[in-house]
Amino acid sequence: MKNFFKAQVGNGVNRSKFGTSMIFLFLIVLSIFMMFPLVYSIMQSLKPYEEIFAFPPRFFVHNPSFDNYRNLFRLADSLFVPFSRYVFNSVSVAVIGTVVYVIIASMASYSLAFGCFKGKNIISDLIVKALLFTSPVTAVAQYLIIAKLHMLNTYFALLLPILAMPFGVFLMRQFLIQMIPVSLIEASRIDGCSEFRLLWSVVIPVVKPAIMTLILFTFQNLWNNTGAGFIYDESHKVLPSVMNELIAGGISRAGEGAAATILLMLPPVIIFFLTQRQVLETMAASGIKE
Amino acid sequence: MKDKRLSMATEHVIMLIPFLSLFLLFIVIPVLLAVVLSFTDFNLVQFPSFVGLDNYIRMFLDDDVFLTAFKNTLLFALITGPISYIACLFLAWLVNELNPKVRSLFTFCLYVPSMFTGAYTVWAYVFSGDQYGFINNLFIKFGFINEPVQWLSDTAYIMPVIIIIQLWLSLGTAFLSFLAGFQGIDRQQYEAAAIDGISNRFQEFWFITVPNMGPQLLFGAVMQIGASFAAGAVGQQLLISAGTAIDGIATDNAATTIVTHMTDVGTTRMEMGYACAIAVFLFIMMLSFNHVIQAFLKRHSA
Repeated sequence: MKNFFKAQVGNGVNRSKFGTSMIFLFLIVLSIFMMFPLVYSIMQSLKPYEEIFAFPPRFFVHNPSFDNYRNLFRLADSLFVPFSRYVFNSVSVAVIGTVVYVIIASMASYSLAFGCFKGKNIISDLIVKALLFTSPVTAVAQYLIIAKLHMLNTYFALLLPILAMPFGVFLMRQFLIQMIPVSLIEASRIDGCSEFRLLWSVVIPVVKPAIMTLILFTFQNLWNNTGAGFIYDESHKVLPSVMNELIAGGISRAGEGAAATILLMLPPVIIFFLTQRQVLETMAASGIKE
Repeated sequence: MKDKRLSMATEHVIMLIPFLSLFLLFIVIPVLLAVVLSFTDFNLVQFPSFVGLDNYIRMFLDDDVFLTAFKNTLLFALITGPISYIACLFLAWLVNELNPKVRSLFTFCLYVPSMFTGAYTVWAYVFSGDQYGFINNLFIKFGFINEPVQWLSDTAYIMPVIIIIQLWLSLGTAFLSFLAGFQGIDRQQYEAAAIDGISNRFQEFWFITVPNMGPQLLFGAVMQIGASFAAGAVGQQLLISAGTAIDGIATDNAATTIVTHMTDVGTTRMEMGYACAIAVFLFIMMLSFNHVIQAFLKRHSA
């Protein structure tokens, strides 16, 4: 417990114990506020029907049950397509997309960090600028392009717009420049290493944190993508859009809604929990330099 | 030797092509296409014809909903943008003041909400307009109010509620970037500063930490601008799941933002040319804010 209140070592100024404990207390209170809706969702999802509509409403669950989760699957079974199909769609899009993005982003960021070809700097600049090209700005024209390519109602419509996002390449390129000395690259080149081999056996092992980070952000984007506007065909829908439809039933489905929210929430949170350290290591390279 | 260099450059280009082609096709070209189409009356059916600035003129002279959306977006961005930006920096700093074990616990608690895209379901319940609503129940119990407040259908409350939710969601990428940036600052600077007479952690934050954070501050600004101007979907889904508006459009467009209006114009009315003009306008707004903020940060961190 004594250690708990000890400030971070190594800063110049001595920290007062009082100040550090105040910060600690403040962050505890804030964390409770931040976690409150999540914990409330978990509580709601475990409440049996009577408890959800009990008056006065209670925060804590008295007789926890998994009925809402069970109902969610039963409710979803009455849809046109079995619920398992949506799970399959979501999981495969998120997993395949993440793997593909990590591969193409690693290659692209290596090429932009250490490559020698004309236009390298222009493309790198464009990628930094494109961080502001957020989805509302591109949405309408993206729809037109996807329609023109006959990709509406296909998995490509869910995947490609997210695989094209510049954030991961931006982050990884900066991380590469920061972590890998040019001399190492040059030495390997003199040894006659091909560029693909160099990327695979010299660069990738060093930049594992950046890869974990790309996995987190890409998975999160793909997993939360509703495909709104791009997917109308029931058999290609993914969990977030199905969940939106279920919940549109309103407050009478509060329990199932909470259960669905928690189920959707879990995978990204688990991934963040596992990768937090590497993500913070990588984000140190996120700054925009001139 | 010359041969080898050429083949190396070719290898680099091959490595870049998969990502670059997707990036150009789905990010860069859409922006350019939106600009071009914004000067046309494209509606998916007829071949587009050039209409000059008509779409832009229409926004301001002939579309009351757009004006409301514009006002709401600006209000929303001017409140949530600066608050969330400063909160990200300040909270990252506080978290960083603690020892590493506690630090990762707090990082987790503060960051996880930003991943919680389904948040509107629970907020709909928290702000529910009847006396079952969590906030209503609490306020009645403590005697702040006597009658349940219609948080999600009273036009006076919708926007503040959405702002609270947006702030709750906003400790995202910028927060992580700041936190990571603090850890990259050279410790020797702090020691030198202590000798030079910096005597408490606030002075240290202001005189040493912030000036060292230039690149992260620029990055954070880009992220928060993107988030504050692009918001809208959360509010819409909140209203749908609370059942107060079937199509997610509140009475008097009290929660309509540029993004939700654009979606409406584009998907339900199929006026693609006009929707593109709205997108371009939004983009110009974001670029101008970004420009001003970057100039400000550069001047002050130099």
